[in-house]
Amino acid sequence: MTILNSKIPQGSLSQKWTNHKNAMKLVSPANKKKLDIIMVGTGVAGASAAASLGELGYNVKVFCYQDSPRRAHSVAAQGGINAAKNYRNDNDSNYRLFHDMIKGGDFRAREANVYRAAEVSNAIIDQLVAQGVPFAREYGGHLTTRSFGGVQVSRTFYASGITGQQVLLGSYAALKRQAAKGSVEMYERRQMLEIVVKDGKARGIVCRNLVTGQMERYSANAVVLATGGYGTIFFLSTLAVNSSGAAAYAAYKKGAFFANPSFIQIHPSCIPQMNEYQSKLTLMSESLRNDGRVWVPKDKGDKRSPDQIPEEERDYYLERRYPAFGNLVPRDIASRAAKERCDAGYGVGETGFAVYLDFSDAIKAQGEKMIKNKYGNLFDLYGKITGEDPYKVPMKIYPAGHYTMGGLWVDYNLMTTIPGLFAIGEANFSDHGANRLGASSLMQGCGDGYFILPYTIGNYLADEIKTKKLTTDDQAFDIAEKEAKERIQRLMNIKGNTSALAFHRALGKIMWDHAGMTRSEEGIKEGLKKVDDLEDRFYKDLKITGTTDSMNQPMERALRVAANFEISRLMLRDAMNRKESCGAHFREEHQTEEGETLRNDRDYSYVAAWEYLGERKEPKLHKEELKFEAVEVSQRSYK
Amino acid sequence: MSNFFVSSIGKKFVLSLTGLFLILFLVVHLSVNVLIVFDSTGKLFNQAAHFMDTNPLIGIIEPVLAIGLVLHLVLATIITAQNQLLRDVNYTGNKRYQKSNTRENSSWASRNMYVLGTVILVFLVIHMINFFWKIKVTGDPLLNEATGLEPGVKNAYALVTGLFVQWKWSVLIYVIGAIALGLHLYHGVWSAFQSLGWSNRKWRSILSIIGIIVSLIFAGGFAFIPVFVLIQDMVC
Amino acid sequence: MKLTLKVWRQHSPKDKGRFEEYILQNASSDMTFLEMLDALNEQLISQDKDPVAFEHDCREGICGCCAMMINGRPHGPNAETTTCQLNMKAFKDNDTIVIEPWRARSFPVIKDLVVDRQAFEKIMEAGGFVHMDTGSAPEANTLAVPKGKADEAIEAASCIGCGACVAACKNASAMLFVAAKVSQYALLPQGKPEGGKRAWNMVAKMDELGFGSCTNTGACEVECPKGISLAHIARLNREFIKGGFITLVAEEE
Repeated sequence: MTILNSKIPQGSLSQKWTNHKNAMKLVSPANKKKLDIIMVGTGVAGASAAASLGELGYNVKVFCYQDSPRRAHSVAAQGGINAAKNYRNDNDSNYRLFHDMIKGGDFRAREANVYRAAEVSNAIIDQLVAQGVPFAREYGGHLTTRSFGGVQVSRTFYASGITGQQVLLGSYAALKRQAAKGSVEMYERRQMLEIVVKDGKARGIVCRNLVTGQMERYSANAVVLATGGYGTIFFLSTLAVNSSGAAAYAAYKKGAFFANPSFIQIHPSCIPQMNEYQSKLTLMSESLRNDGRVWVPKDKGDKRSPDQIPEEERDYYLERRYPAFGNLVPRDIASRAAKERCDAGYGVGETGFAVYLDFSDAIKAQGEKMIKNKYGNLFDLYGKITGEDPYKVPMKIYPAGHYTMGGLWVDYNLMTTIPGLFAIGEANFSDHGANRLGASSLMQGCGDGYFILPYTIGNYLADEIKTKKLTTDDQAFDIAEKEAKERIQRLMNIKGNTSALAFHRALGKIMWDHAGMTRSEEGIKEGLKKVDDLEDRFYKDLKITGTTDSMNQPMERALRVAANFEISRLMLRDAMNRKESCGAHFREEHQTEEGETLRNDRDYSYVAAWEYLGERKEPKLHKEELKFEAVEVSQRSYK
Repeated sequence: MSNFFVSSIGKKFVLSLTGLFLILFLVVHLSVNVLIVFDSTGKLFNQAAHFMDTNPLIGIIEPVLAIGLVLHLVLATIITAQNQLLRDVNYTGNKRYQKSNTRENSSWASRNMYVLGTVILVFLVIHMINFFWKIKVTGDPLLNEATGLEPGVKNAYALVTGLFVQWKWSVLIYVIGAIALGLHLYHGVWSAFQSLGWSNRKWRSILSIIGIIVSLIFAGGFAFIPVFVLIQDMVC
Repeated sequence: MKLTLKVWRQHSPKDKGRFEEYILQNASSDMTFLEMLDALNEQLISQDKDPVAFEHDCREGICGCCAMMINGRPHGPNAETTTCQLNMKAFKDNDTIVIEPWRARSFPVIKDLVVDRQAFEKIMEAGGFVHMDTGSAPEANTLAVPKGKADEAIEAASCIGCGACVAACKNASAMLFVAAKVSQYALLPQGKPEGGKRAWNMVAKMDELGFGSCTNTGACEVECPKGISLAHIARLNREFIKGGFITLVAEEE
């Protein structure tokens, strides 16, 4: 039986990483050339890690399903990236950033990992600036920052409303440099289907070439998953349409534990769903809540246009409920507050599932030019999609699935329970607890990729020099490829009547209703039943046309949907198990009188890591107890 | 450095420089021609033409000009041919053989610089046969008419006005040539600065306006002279 | 609304390809263009036909995946809009829409509307980066960058690499793409030291890969979904020419 060992180093919190770095084994330059690393995914975490590992001299093979690493969904992050630079002299520090993250995550994250994330944050900004990432500047030419939710200092660095794109392009450029040098080999348009495990260690992958349809085998000394989150479980989300947890699921099936799957962030400010055809929801950066005020009418079902509703008849419910943080409360709280108002009948817009995000006061105070300067491209984006001018009419927003705090369980070295298999960025679970604070996902991705994995993977690989090279004609590859082929064949052979898209949509609806912003025992039970039923139908009624020997996008989607069923069940079971409310996980049975989350630290101060035991079999729960030494565990309050 | 002139930007660098250089020639040429309008005796024009014919500096510049012109032609041909070759897969679009729906995104002149250049070249050949060849090589009875100036000054004025008066349709050729030149300059002036890297957000609009002014001056000026001569003849 | 769609179908890179016409009865003006194509594919699947392959991912105009010629215009008729953000309100009932892949020698078709944009990757590998290893960065505020330059650099850097500039250009030139990257770095002190060389290498790669040269028609700028200005091409020209002369007169760096 695997026993969870988080391998947290000894020493005081601020010394742990330093101590650990000093104690880690090194790989000599000559030996690095002999070691292969597979990197799956090229978002901020994957690209930065691959580039950094390439610079160190390892042979890195990089895989992504898009035609270019630059298209990974990190590109869509808008608001910014945190760092404890304290440029504002507002008394920021590594400790404060760490504390904000721990508290924001509602005390369900691993202290040592979070502190390390804060510790490397400053080096990330230095790194990105040196790469030529064009961060926003003051008139004096120095870097500027803005505030983000759940925080009382201004530590978010940004590049207009396209920070994610700029940070990704920075690491992409570094990656391209290594590709030109030959230390990194690029494999685009590949969908990873299986992880190859040999003698208990991850030694390679099998993937499908999306152009030729051929199965391809790649071996290595270590495999890194930087495959992002599974937010498309809701079908409608802020994620890219092709993002999925399929890769993480493949690892889970091979023995990697899946941690806290039910911790999924619902972002409070997205453009509401407008019609039934919609294929995705667009995020409106949290940074907008710096200057935008959230409100609904004080009267139920008030259908007047917003400019007709006088000030005294507006309910600025975030400012009312949380006077200390106001509109800048963390995302989970803002989301639930919006849902609460809309469910109570105060919602606006045609569907009644929207609230206003109003900039008129900010425009009055700062002028339209200033607002344009700060949020111009977000306003344009909103205008393009909705046809309304947010400079004149308040934006309408509603929460949508966004980020998965849960993911593959990893130890302090970012290694999963399969030796040699690492998970970085959103794909792992480690840094955000039950709720992620804004602008900390780019930070985590960069931290993992540039400054953490390159060290910890070396510590693992130092012992792997002696391990024999695995050739791709090994039996382990034969088995993995056979499994992958069979999975595809099984789907192709169903020949039913319903498309993968329709199934995805149906599953998304179930998950949104039963594992969305609020959960209840009854609802979860019902959800589990519905997921099983839908999966049964899926394997009877799925229809895929076209062939497997060329590009077949519906088939790619079908593979992802097939994985989604298992992940859905995992999410629901985890939500069922956790009989408390914390962060984004809100159990209706466990709330305070004011409707806030009610944590149960006595029974649930642990990471729930799930072990796969077979298709549709109840997975096994492993607990990693969380110990808090540097912070006082308290009821989170933003009032 | 040899690569510089092989590269796409290097070729355009030379194309732009020669283009701007040829504009200098146009300035001189038009300034001389305008004298036809201001002095119907032709004295001023003949004097100027004589100066241009005999000044040693002009004698040096003339072959340079010719080289510039040839370079401009050769590079334009190479660039156009290469570009045509590289855009070998075309859009079917809603119309057949359409490259893309270019009307929506660019000006006609900008897309047809080579066509315009060819029209100008054809015109130039006709123009040279009409005047340059006669003045420099074969001679013409009209050139020997008295000018009222010192002996040895050819009567170019008579040759020029004679052409337009005798062959009235030639005016049309000159007008077409002038319009083609104008359109060529309309895109060419701004484009040359852009290709040389001497443009930015601010200067772009200024340069386009300069381009329009330059094209109007030359198209208008060169078209006006033959028309003026013709009208003058008909009125008098 | 009812639409007639003429879509380019090509099974594989070697296939000759042809237009096929489909009638889509139940399109809605609320759809985005890609959702309309989703609907078309649902219809094709129900008719046991191979769905139309098209690239898409983020569907919010930032990843640069979606790439198609709509009625002869890259990303369709709306300015500064990617295909995924194009609303079907831009079309009328009973319209015929012609949908084609990007066409350029350097963008071979893979399937239907999907083209191979590896050439862009090669150009980036030729110099679209700053030579700087992880860990060697100085303190971020050591270098001050004038705000105007930083803003201009962000505009250049907002290129999503979709290839609309190549698709629109009558010469199939990638100048706007190259210019966006060269210009971003040229505007920042971090990119300055290798500025001329970068321009030189990237343009050489662009020429080598079969992109045409820029004749300043400005079509790319009009069609660019991010509105990247021709001013960046001027800067690229400047960098390139400067780089050329520097290599002529100076010793090897």
